[in-house]
Amino acid sequence: MYNYEHSVLLDESKCTGCTTCLRHCPTEAIRIRDGHAIINPERCIDCGECIRVCPHKAKKAVCSKLPDMDRFKWKIALPAPTLYGQFDNLDDVDYVLDGLLKIGFDDVYEVAKAAELVSAYTRLYLKDAKVTKPAISSACPVIIRLINLRFPSLTDHIIPMLPPMEIAARLAKERALSEHPELKPEDVGVCFITPCPAKVSYVKNGFASYKSYVDEVVSISDIYFQLIGKMRKDKDIRPLSESGRIGLGWARSGGEATAILNEEYLAADGIDNVIHVLDQVENGNIPPLEFIELNACTGGCVGGVLTIQNPFIAKARLQSLRRYLPVSRNTVDRDETTVPEGFVFKDMPEYVPITRLSNSLAESMRMMNEIHSIRDCLPGIDCGSCGAPTCRAFAEDIVRGQSDISDCPIKAISELRSAMEAEK
Amino acid sequence: MSEELVFRFTVDGEDFTSAGQASVQVKKNLRQLGLSAEVIKRVSVAMYEGEINMVIHAGGGIAEVRVCESYVEIILDDKGPGIKDIDLAMQEGYSTATDTIRSLGFGAGMGLPNMRKYTDYMTIESEVGVGTKIVMRVNC
Repeated sequence: MYNYEHSVLLDESKCTGCTTCLRHCPTEAIRIRDGHAIINPERCIDCGECIRVCPHKAKKAVCSKLPDMDRFKWKIALPAPTLYGQFDNLDDVDYVLDGLLKIGFDDVYEVAKAAELVSAYTRLYLKDAKVTKPAISSACPVIIRLINLRFPSLTDHIIPMLPPMEIAARLAKERALSEHPELKPEDVGVCFITPCPAKVSYVKNGFASYKSYVDEVVSISDIYFQLIGKMRKDKDIRPLSESGRIGLGWARSGGEATAILNEEYLAADGIDNVIHVLDQVENGNIPPLEFIELNACTGGCVGGVLTIQNPFIAKARLQSLRRYLPVSRNTVDRDETTVPEGFVFKDMPEYVPITRLSNSLAESMRMMNEIHSIRDCLPGIDCGSCGAPTCRAFAEDIVRGQSDISDCPIKAISELRSAMEAEK
Repeated sequence: MSEELVFRFTVDGEDFTSAGQASVQVKKNLRQLGLSAEVIKRVSVAMYEGEINMVIHAGGGIAEVRVCESYVEIILDDKGPGIKDIDLAMQEGYSTATDTIRSLGFGAGMGLPNMRKYTDYMTIESEVGVGTKIVMRVNC
């Protein structure tokens, strides 16, 4: 039974069936049927590309709203470091954190702080000789889902480290309970402030047997205007920030990789680049590497579709914010030799061969032969008019019984023409 | 044995930017057939190395992948210069690639050895000045 809950949804009233998203979806999860797009939930990896490219704003991410936090007595905000890059003339992270308290949170716990711990433990993890190299980061949830659906042989390379968001959520709750003994665990709620819909899905679905510590996820774009109205450059602002350059660096592509403090790394961003890199890793065609950081969004998390600012501008702002910060403000004990249990996940989700044609190899082969012979008589211009992203995908839909060859208007026109010629 | 499935690719010589694309396509097809991750990886590595070899040494050629229920067969056929000494070519680290090719990160002398390593069966027929034909099999 398929029960993965997605966060990318379609507003049918706005969708014109224009085929833009169809052509940009990296997993061919979208089809146009009856004049509007539909998303195949089995194939969707929540990358948000369709939200990014939709000219009619018909695709949206389903996030919580701030009032959803009202059920908790003690509300903690977990800002992603990307949030800090959204504001003009910001010279201190504390103004953002203070703003979060002013819009109703009781406490803040920076995801950047947790990221520094994750980096420290990742360095420790990589020292283990048993680790399959290159080790691939599991911080971007889109990558994990992509590997799970498309690159099953690379599963062993994934670092089983929980993402900074999860570590922040757990540590924030622990801190609240120890500082406020009057609170019960169910009184404490944590709200992640997200740059992307993939994090929303991660929180909703958990990860194999792992269940997320995060209670609600609110988007950066949703909280932005409320926050900017409350942010004040007070001189006597409380020093709240506890993260350094490494933590803030996680917001952009390469930040996590450089924090490994080892030159043998690769950092790729943008979903097409990521797929290309994974293909190359699978072929063994990469130099010897220790670590691979992959981000589905161009520029890294600053390129998330739920942000306000252009990723490159956000990146430049973060650069100046980081300038006078210490390298890292969160480290682990020198004598620690193993990564604590609370930082790792135990099992990987099972490989789902979503593109498989049939359970029987003989039947799959028969179907593929049929797909290829249908494809060969299609126009091959991948126009999307039939509702499938390519002629090959259309041929596959026909063989799977989900489309009919008469849905190809190009073919229909040319058949009509030759019929008319014959009449003459 | 009911049916056989054949994918045929023309590997364009000299064009490094498209080298490796047939391997990606094959991988996609094998996934759809529901073959195991292990088999897919082995075929895709062997195919990739073979494809690169044809681009570097032979100015392109024809790659054919046949799938049947018990194995996947890869046939690489080119009209390149041929291999003078096959035993030598099979040695790890031996390569006749030019400096330009090496500067692109290829020509490490691991192509043929990797192809043998990742497949269950491999034969090379080659004649200097005529061309090379390599047949590899990965059991399912």
